[in-house]
Amino acid sequence: MILNMGPQHPSTHGVLRLLLEIDGETVVKCIPDIGYLHTGIEKTCEAKFYQQVVPLTDRIDYLCPMTNNLTYCLAVEKLLQLEIPPRAQYLRVMLNELTRVNSHLVWLGTHALDIGAMTVFLYCFREREELLRIFENVSGQRMMTSYFRIGGVSMDPPIDFWHKAKTFIDKFSDRVDEYEGLLTSNPIWIERTRNVAHLTADDCNSLGVTGPTARASGIDWDLRRDMPYSSYEKFQFKVPVTNTGDVYGRYLLRVQELRESNSIARQAMEGMPEGPHKADAGKIVLPDREKMKTQMEALIYHFKIVTEGFTVPAGEVYQGVESPRGEMGYYVRSDGTAKPYRVHMRAACLANLTALEKLCVGRLLADVVAAIGSIDIVLGEIDR
Amino acid sequence: MPIQPVITDLEHLKDRPAVSALRSASLLEAAKFDRNELTTYVNRADIKQACEILRDSPETKFNFLADITCVDVFPSEPRFEVIYNLLSHSRKERVRLIAKVPGGDASIESVMGLWPACDFFEREVFDLFGVRFIGHPNMRRMLLPEDWEGHPLRKDYPVEGYR
Repeated sequence: MILNMGPQHPSTHGVLRLLLEIDGETVVKCIPDIGYLHTGIEKTCEAKFYQQVVPLTDRIDYLCPMTNNLTYCLAVEKLLQLEIPPRAQYLRVMLNELTRVNSHLVWLGTHALDIGAMTVFLYCFREREELLRIFENVSGQRMMTSYFRIGGVSMDPPIDFWHKAKTFIDKFSDRVDEYEGLLTSNPIWIERTRNVAHLTADDCNSLGVTGPTARASGIDWDLRRDMPYSSYEKFQFKVPVTNTGDVYGRYLLRVQELRESNSIARQAMEGMPEGPHKADAGKIVLPDREKMKTQMEALIYHFKIVTEGFTVPAGEVYQGVESPRGEMGYYVRSDGTAKPYRVHMRAACLANLTALEKLCVGRLLADVVAAIGSIDIVLGEIDR
Repeated sequence: MPIQPVITDLEHLKDRPAVSALRSASLLEAAKFDRNELTTYVNRADIKQACEILRDSPETKFNFLADITCVDVFPSEPRFEVIYNLLSHSRKERVRLIAKVPGGDASIESVMGLWPACDFFEREVFDLFGVRFIGHPNMRRMLLPEDWEGHPLRKDYPVEGYR
């Protein structure tokens, strides 16, 4: 029998359509059908100036918008060969890690909800509400922040941001203990997730799977540690790698990542250097408002950047970043004008989705839901 | 930071493992080292052999296929540049492999035998650019509806679309 797990389904985490050929309760074939969220972002980027692409990037992987911003800004800064001041780099790291916490909280809440544990969902979203308030404090927007700009960050964080962030970071580790207390030794959770949807390390490498899904199968690869960017080399953090490869193993790994991200955010906050939050490049970075209102050159630069954009020397770069789902990469090619010639987003989830067939075939229908949740897909990134 | 110049001279690049591995199999057409990234150009008929050499040779060991994408350089010919992004976990290095495909006969061999990861990437390039991958078991549209006409990411397709 061919069953259609249609685009509208509470457990597919977005508009994913799965064509499942089942024999009784066992899945024989699993064919994903995507494209329901395709909005042509890659084509739209070719019609906009470089700084206008930044808000578009937020909406691609909408659960970790700051990570998208960071990848795009790092790629364009590589093209411009622009150096970013240390304060901007530390701010980027701190907010990137808080975004990772945010994304993993959504993953945990929805994954547990699919399997039936509804309390975890409410607990995770309670924390997420505080994080969204912190993001609103720093950038004015809860989700689609566009806070990182080409050349640094858009504004220095307000005075009460530090107090709010410190309160959150200090009590977050106790909250993770609460989630673990609800799930980790729960016999129902273990029955539903242990030895379900196994993925080996060779499968991960040949199918292009990255991120926590691959690390739970034994592949010791994390772009933050192995190919560091934006001053990640200055931070101490462990990269959890386990060998279990099943849904339970991926759950434990992501919970450990929650703790590690919290610790990186704390290190960034405590070691935050003083200094400018934007690079000193008048033709590329918008000047401060006070300078723009009082100095003639700043006004002219502001006008030129907003109306005509800035030209980027011709070339092509690929910048890979460790997003909560895996390797997110942006390939940007410039032809010397103010609009990018080609922007391509390497979505981590698109590669992770190729593993879905392998995870589901031969298993029960109920395990399909657990498998989808454990890969942590976001359709915005897959479809773009 | 001073602007680093582009290095395209093969003499300066010949010590890099990817360049030397491809050169010893006489598959390399050109190479470029720009902004700390190595780009190599191969002929589209040799793409599968080049990928195999880069994956299996012990000096290069590019075991992971990160991305396959395409750029349309209309009106110059060859029109499509299919770009393969490879990553070596053990050597922590990336390389970009570019194969130019003409607009009239837009097809290239699929690397499905080497990395099954290329499944969705190649389908996406076919969907948005129209470049066919020979040997791919499932070459059909992925992001756009099956009855869509045209390939949107080509440069002669307007941003606003036709509908």
